Amino acid sequence: MTALLEVRDVEARYGDALALSRISLEVAEQQTLAVIGANGAGKSTLLRCLAGLMPVSAGQIRFRGESLDRVPAHRRVAAGISLVPEGRRLFASLTVTDNLLVGAHQRRPGPWDLDAVFEALPLVAQRRDRYAGALSGGEQQAVAIGRALMANPELLLLDEVSLGLAPVVIKQVYEVLPAIKAAGTTVLVVEQDVRQALAVADEVHCLLEGRTTLTGPAGSVSQEEVARAYFGV
Amino acid sequence: MAHPVGVVRWTGASRVGPPLLLVVVVALAAGPFVVAPQQLFGLVNLFAYVMLAVTWNLLAGYGGMVSVGQQASIGLGAYAVAYLAQTVGLNGFLALPVAAVMAGVVAVPVSFLAFRLVGGYFAIGTWVVAEVFRLLTVQWDAVGAGSGTSITSLSGYDRDVRLALTYWVALAAAAVVVVGSVLLVRSRFGLGLAAVRDDPVAAASTGVGVTTAKRVVFVLAAAGAGLAGGVLALGSLRVQPDSVYSVQWTAFMVFMVVIGGVGTIEGPIVGAVVFFVLQQTLAHYGATYLIVLGVVAIAMVLLAPRGLWGLLAGSRGTTLFPVGYRAVLGRRS
Amino acid sequence: MDLTNAVLQGVLLGGLYAIFATGLSLVFGVMRIVNLAHGDFATLAAFVALVLVTGVGLPVWATLLVVVPVLALLGYAVQRLLLQRALSPSPLPVLLVTFALSIVIQNGLLEVFSSDQNRLRLGRLDTASLHVGAFALGVYPLLVFVVAVLILAGLALFLSRTRTGRAMRATSDDREAAQLAGVDHRHVYGVATALAFATVAVAGVLSGAQTSFTPSSGPSLLIFAFEVVIIGGLGNLWGSLAGGIVLGVAQNVGAWVDPAQQVLAGHLVFLLVLALRPQGLFGRAVPA
Ligand SMILES: Nc1ncnc2c1ncn2[C@@H]1O[C@H](COP(=O)(O)OP(=O)(O)OP(=O)(O)O)[C@@H](O)[C@H]1O
Ligand SMILES: [Mg+2]
Repeated sequence: MTALLEVRDVEARYGDALALSRISLEVAEQQTLAVIGANGAGKSTLLRCLAGLMPVSAGQIRFRGESLDRVPAHRRVAAGISLVPEGRRLFASLTVTDNLLVGAHQRRPGPWDLDAVFEALPLVAQRRDRYAGALSGGEQQAVAIGRALMANPELLLLDEVSLGLAPVVIKQVYEVLPAIKAAGTTVLVVEQDVRQALAVADEVHCLLEGRTTLTGPAGSVSQEEVARAYFGV
Repeated sequence: MAHPVGVVRWTGASRVGPPLLLVVVVALAAGPFVVAPQQLFGLVNLFAYVMLAVTWNLLAGYGGMVSVGQQASIGLGAYAVAYLAQTVGLNGFLALPVAAVMAGVVAVPVSFLAFRLVGGYFAIGTWVVAEVFRLLTVQWDAVGAGSGTSITSLSGYDRDVRLALTYWVALAAAAVVVVGSVLLVRSRFGLGLAAVRDDPVAAASTGVGVTTAKRVVFVLAAAGAGLAGGVLALGSLRVQPDSVYSVQWTAFMVFMVVIGGVGTIEGPIVGAVVFFVLQQTLAHYGATYLIVLGVVAIAMVLLAPRGLWGLLAGSRGTTLFPVGYRAVLGRRS
Repeated sequence: MDLTNAVLQGVLLGGLYAIFATGLSLVFGVMRIVNLAHGDFATLAAFVALVLVTGVGLPVWATLLVVVPVLALLGYAVQRLLLQRALSPSPLPVLLVTFALSIVIQNGLLEVFSSDQNRLRLGRLDTASLHVGAFALGVYPLLVFVVAVLILAGLALFLSRTRTGRAMRATSDDREAAQLAGVDHRHVYGVATALAFATVAVAGVLSGAQTSFTPSSGPSLLIFAFEVVIIGGLGNLWGSLAGGIVLGVAQNVGAWVDPAQQVLAGHLVFLLVLALRPQGLFGRAVPA
């Protein structure tokens, strides 16, 4: 099985501060990888590098075997990588439907269109004509996921979609994941909530202060191992 | 993205500045005894340029306020000198500090209007204010309306004596502006300003009175430009609304500061000297010369945003004055 | 001319000002930058039209078919090659570059055309007027006003209905999020600038047939456009039309009082609005 995404010895910096230090990982097609770690571990930085919002200072990222070195963010969307960013980042002055339509900007063919998104995410369908700025947190998160799906990604990157949401809402939001996987999409979820992450993932990758502290199949890592890798004790 | 504010540098070079400035001023003071009157006249303009560049840099480089309307203060200063000397009967040289104060005082209410705008809109807003001043001056018969007026009340002086006095007064004014701006940048205000420019939100949360700090700079820069306007009026003994309120002055200021290095103390002075030399040698090319200046300015902003001084000082950011930190043009996005 | 007529002429003039303002407003809305050479590009367009009229013999309306696409392309190039490189969190570099550009254009035009007054001649349309009751309205100013409304409506449709228009609004809201949705923000910036230049070209040519122009007319056009934007309220397309009408009426009433006060009257109304209602007459948020 060839890896869809390959990350080799990647380093990223904010000015002089090293935020990622020699990170390597692989995600196989149709697999789900969970990247976990405490505040400031470097999870969002990793996703920003994958999505092309931030340059890597060393190392390589390959998608379907091709280097993403000089590929700008919008071309990566065309190639099949979509990120649901931390904090949702909806277009506040656009309606929900327009937000989704912007998500389809690259016109990548695939199973997702307005109707499919409305069907998979009832939270979104109910609010389709509202302005995105006027939605609740859970509704915003659902729209953000819908917007990313509209690009028909092969690799979907989810950055802490559960952050700040009530447990019932988290459940609603995560309910869409099986449908996404069923469409053949490879998923990389970032979560601080380890239980949530392990529940949906095949593989797990733990970061601490920009370094890898644990990797392995989600089913076979023990709670103690995870706790040690997560807190570095 | 927060830019870290550097620590105070008391490097070797930074101790050179004050004595060097003193030596230069003393040497220049000998001017009337060594150079021809015609050149003396040119140097008076150079001193005015230094004042304009230094004060515009205070606004844009330290205060983050790009004004396209400093000619309002230049014109006000020039007309204040003319009016005080001709109509009120004050000695023209004594009128100079009064003109500076007037330009500063007028800038206070103007700031309340202009500060309702930011960035590029602030720039055009200041321009409108300058236009209003020009249009009002054009209708003011006591100062010759549209055709302007001449300053004849200094004719009691012998021509050479008058030129020498003008020269010394201009030199003194430029020295005051340079020293004043170094002191301002070094002061508590200066550090606050750097914080404002680099990150207004963070500066507000650390308790720096953002608006007050900017207003102080705006008013002082206006006073400095008014002083320069007064010097220009004393130099040419003539004021005319379309020339003293011309946006051309802003073009000159932009050019001097960009060439020299925005956000440094030394840059604008270097820029003023370079501009002066270019003007002396190329001005008769008219429009072509201004096209070249414009193209050079664009190239500098894009390719060498730290200006000539930045290139000279190198990456270590050598500074002749102990101002504590350097400023840079914002990063690309 | 009586007062009512002055007001009516002012309303029509407001249409022209609205076209000038729309481009400034669009560029600011999408990129948060102000192009200080905005007015000079209008003058440039008027001079290109002049060459086409006097040199090639095209009628004024036909020059638009050349000038508008040329300026649009120029706008795209200026954005991608110059302004994009100057974009930064600080407004300083863009302002310096565009101000320098303004000086280059003015003096370039001066080199080629001298500082004489120029005017695009329309023939019969120059003097044709329409009598409505006691009022005589110029046919040409009326036409310009209609064109202004059509341009604003077209722009509104473009922004709300098209894929690129949506991407533009999205980029204006959150540039990074738009990139994540697959939008090439640099291209969007280029298109926004191209549109702004296209409107500026129309305004420059239309205005060049209504009043005379010189190589240094640009700054006052920029100032009028800016006053319209602030009076109308930032980021408000139809606010531009309202702001244009307010400025046009203010200037014409000023001129009615005393021809020398035309421009000053406009400035004073602008300053009054800035003092009393900084969010503009029709805007919601404070300019930020
Ligand atoms: N814009 C930035 N400028 C400077 N440093 C940053 C910036 N963004 C993040 N960092 C730093 O980089 C490191 C990694 O941050 P990152 O946001 O990737 O962590 P994270 O794992 O996503 O944390 P969280 O769970 O809080 O979202 C942290 O030390 C953080 O302080
Ligand atoms: Mg994060």
